[in-house]
Amino acid sequence: MSTALLIMIGLALFLGLVLGYAAIKFKVAESPLVQKIDAILPQTQCGQCGFPGCKPYATAIASGEADINQCPPGGEEGIHKLAELLGVDPKPLNAEHGVPKPKSVAVIDEELCIGCTLCIQACPVDAILGAAKHMHTVIAKECTGCELCIPPCPVDCIQMQVVQEDLTTWKSKYPLHEIRNV
Amino acid sequence: MENYLLILIGTVFVNNIVLVRILGLCPFMGVSKRLEASIGMALATAFVLTLGSGASFLIDKYLLGPDLIFLRTLSFIVVIAAIVQFTEMYLHKQHPLLYQVLGIYLPLITTNCAVLGIPLIIVQERHNLLEALLIGFGGAVGFSMVLIIFAGLRERLESAEVPAIFRGSAIAMITAGLMSIAFMGFAGLAK
Repeated sequence: MSTALLIMIGLALFLGLVLGYAAIKFKVAESPLVQKIDAILPQTQCGQCGFPGCKPYATAIASGEADINQCPPGGEEGIHKLAELLGVDPKPLNAEHGVPKPKSVAVIDEELCIGCTLCIQACPVDAILGAAKHMHTVIAKECTGCELCIPPCPVDCIQMQVVQEDLTTWKSKYPLHEIRNV
Repeated sequence: MENYLLILIGTVFVNNIVLVRILGLCPFMGVSKRLEASIGMALATAFVLTLGSGASFLIDKYLLGPDLIFLRTLSFIVVIAAIVQFTEMYLHKQHPLLYQVLGIYLPLITTNCAVLGIPLIIVQERHNLLEALLIGFGGAVGFSMVLIIFAGLRERLESAEVPAIFRGSAIAMITAGLMSIAFMGFAGLAK
């Protein structure tokens, strides 16, 4: 019994060490530009830009396949940051991809929820907690406000609630002064 | 020498892993819609199967021995998963082109039952290391061959006039069955 345990533990430790070493040794440096662009994007993973998430959109911007004005959750602020990073002129948000909305989180009306799990599958950031035939709820801290959970809900029990700005949620806006076209 | 040749023929044709032993059917049905994808899958599986057979054989012989036979499945899964991970990292760094060709199929192999089945068969049949590697390689070649043939057939079936009720998966299953019957014809050629 103990031999079996020791062997499995030893095997797991050994393989873990080998893989850990390989992860360092064979680390593939990602394009630093993609990482910088990805850091600016809001990480809502909402897909409004037409890409499956923020990382694919960042890759597309870096390779010149996508424009910088396709991210509604990032808003003007995000476009200005991207423009500065890439050294191009900022342009207005492309309305095809949606309009910027105030930061909000999804709230599930727990009285109405039938526990169908459809919203759990739709959530790109795993912010919805629940099990089949049990009430679901949104982890407000994890929710990015992407609204992807609203269309699949069969009983329309999910609403978006605007996050009120207070001392705990306040962030400095960018740019602090309006940029004037000269 | 003759023995090794017989093992190779035996595993590629007579005991073909997909069509005779009926293992690894998920990629056989799942990744055979396009010839290109099936070639990627075949290459990745061939690589992992050969390496996995050798590694599992060594684990069984020198680590487990006759007393800990019950650990075979468990330890083989761990070792194969680690090999797949290692291979993926290595290819990503050293051969980005090959990595792109194999793509998602490489990590998917971890759950391929053929990759676990062959090492288990090898240790049950008491072979030596060279034979184990040969059986792994032969199984891999057999798998690749059948997968690529089947993908080619399915691509042709796409444009064939198939009766409505047989379209899609139904005709693919029937084709697989016919191929299996054809491979049964090799029975008795070599052990």
